[in-house]
Amino acid sequence: MKTIFRGAITLGLVLATALAAGAAEEEGGTPHYPIKKPTEENWSFEGPFGTYDKGQLQRGFKVYREVCAVCHSLDYVAFRNLEDLGYSEAQVRAIASEYEVEDGPDSFGDMFMRPAKPSDTFPPPFANPEQAAAANNGAVPPDFSLIAKARAVERGFPTFVFDVFTQYAESGVDYIHALLTGYQDPPEGVEVPEGTYYNPYFLSGSSLAMAQPLFDGLVTYDDGAPETVDQYARDVSAFLMWAAEPHLEERKRTGFNVMVFLVLFGALVYLTKRKVWSTTEH
Amino acid sequence: MSGAQSTYTPKTGIGRWVDARMPLPRLMHDSFVAYPVPRNLNYAYTFGGILSIMLVVQILTGVVLAMHYAANTEIAFGSVEKIMRDVNSGWLLRYLHANGASFFFVAVYVHIFRGLYYGSYKAPRELLWILGCIIYLLMMATAFMGYVLPWGQMSFWGATVITGFFTAIPLVGEWIQQLLLGGFAVDNPTLNRFYSLHYLLPFMIAGVVVLHVWALHVTGQTNPTGIEVKSKTDTLPFTPYATVKDGFAMVLFLIVFAYFVFYIPNFLGHPDNYIEADPLKTPAHIVPEWYFLPFYAILRAVTFDIGPINSKLGGVLAMFGSIAVLFVVPWLDTSKVRSAVYRPWFKLFFWLFLVNAVFLGWLGSRPAEGIYVTLMQLGTLYYFAFFLIIMPLLGLIETPRRLPNSITEAVLDKNKGGSGSPAGATAAPEGRG
Repeated sequence: MKTIFRGAITLGLVLATALAAGAAEEEGGTPHYPIKKPTEENWSFEGPFGTYDKGQLQRGFKVYREVCAVCHSLDYVAFRNLEDLGYSEAQVRAIASEYEVEDGPDSFGDMFMRPAKPSDTFPPPFANPEQAAAANNGAVPPDFSLIAKARAVERGFPTFVFDVFTQYAESGVDYIHALLTGYQDPPEGVEVPEGTYYNPYFLSGSSLAMAQPLFDGLVTYDDGAPETVDQYARDVSAFLMWAAEPHLEERKRTGFNVMVFLVLFGALVYLTKRKVWSTTEH
Repeated sequence: MSGAQSTYTPKTGIGRWVDARMPLPRLMHDSFVAYPVPRNLNYAYTFGGILSIMLVVQILTGVVLAMHYAANTEIAFGSVEKIMRDVNSGWLLRYLHANGASFFFVAVYVHIFRGLYYGSYKAPRELLWILGCIIYLLMMATAFMGYVLPWGQMSFWGATVITGFFTAIPLVGEWIQQLLLGGFAVDNPTLNRFYSLHYLLPFMIAGVVVLHVWALHVTGQTNPTGIEVKSKTDTLPFTPYATVKDGFAMVLFLIVFAYFVFYIPNFLGHPDNYIEADPLKTPAHIVPEWYFLPFYAILRAVTFDIGPINSKLGGVLAMFGSIAVLFVVPWLDTSKVRSAVYRPWFKLFFWLFLVNAVFLGWLGSRPAEGIYVTLMQLGTLYYFAFFLIIMPLLGLIETPRRLPNSITEAVLDKNKGGSGSPAGATAAPEGRG
């Protein structure tokens, strides 16, 4: 027991040194990005029983289609996947047919354009990264299929330890929401490079090449949800989480069954173990 | 096994027929049923069994994943996404496999630290320990190459950094690096050979595991007292005693594993690996997987030249040295007493070593600048001092506590003088101190 205490004390000392070191570094030296950490929002899909809110996903999809899709591709998502959002097969077919995809070659050897089918993935807005860069001041807009898992602000010690117990897995969506709602005028004396826009929530600098994309009233909602930047950002973040992790609900549902099984099975094995060892001193 | 008479008696005619021709059932019976284990093994001793389960999980999920994966830089990233989205239960297979690697390392670290604490490496178990070190090395190689396969940003840049280490070796370094890469930079040939080796190495691990278990069954297990088995009362048959205890520990371990797989499957991964590899874009911080972080800190701790050895080679030598030193631990420890339970000073330095290793892991995730470098150097210094100075010297000057005469005596003493709680099975033996 004594050693454990001694160990704990040492651990405490070491960590205190480390924290002091971290703090010391924060004060002087190079700036750390993002300047501001994202706030933790509430999401319907967080926690062990989280599920997607289909209405929210549909709204988020609308925001993506009408705003984001102008520049951002969604390479790994197929139209058929939209059935997860609560659309019927016929609706999905109708949505797909609004897009044109290249197909071919036909029997004459020519490529041709045709309306998309549910099995097609979303066609990209640009033909290639070079074209995307040329149209966007040199910065290629990233693909959105995985963006909700590909971005995260470092949580730091000890928060990342607590995250295990709170099941915090929403750093990607919190970041997207914070970024989309975080555009503001730069503070006094801060130089913003030409062609970029100040945003203290941006992960890798003080400003980014994308101008503020969302404004109040930009997208019309038909379910009565508020047409505000905050609501748009929330909805499109949720949509992107679904795009990145379409099997999230199934995963958590399966997880619950697995946990129940393991706990019950574990209890039985424990009782067996007690019985087996009961006659032996050990 | 060792000298013990086989107690296997086939009951059926077929059993006798097989036994006379190829006594595999007899081998299994002697190894996993009748095999005597010390009666005082605690839960720290269950991780060997847990590790074999994890190896099986990794191989099974890996074989199925390989049916859907394509080792080509053009489509590798997409094929993994296909697994995640379209393959039936593909998301489950991949999350099991990715988190399985992490939990394999969790288990192996507990297993190694248990060995260090109870002096499991000491004679006559040196070969057993060395075989374990070889398994650990193979695991590291396998994990590293597996991490490259999804062809994300960290895959690519991790591979670039780690293969770059080899260029620090004088004369042959460049040649070794090009052999590993199949070219001058990480590219399609690299991905192909890593895939091939990633499929091969686990079976080599399985082979060395057989040797490891063989060596274990020749010498018998150590136990928390560190005293060798002396009489029949010191031991219990493997089945049912160890089987059911190992089984319970496995279920507990699987609960934690499942928690990560189903609820926070990306907690241990790096978000950058969900961005497809781009040789033209270097990530801000290139960090390896968490289980390599202590070694990454040691690598970056050497920022100075030592004579003809420049800092780069020095770092690489320190990193490889930090693993190589494990191989000679049986000869570095001069103590006559095996278990830390009876070595008050060793116990202290052991826990410090453990804390230091975790601390080095945290430092490994920090950028190598400012105060972090100094802390990395201090951590590295203690890491090596523990093996090269404390272990040899302490054995000579430390006065160990009185050892019990036998395992049985230790067990009976504990239950007489202890708290009297029947839950003594879970209490670690040092709890008596």
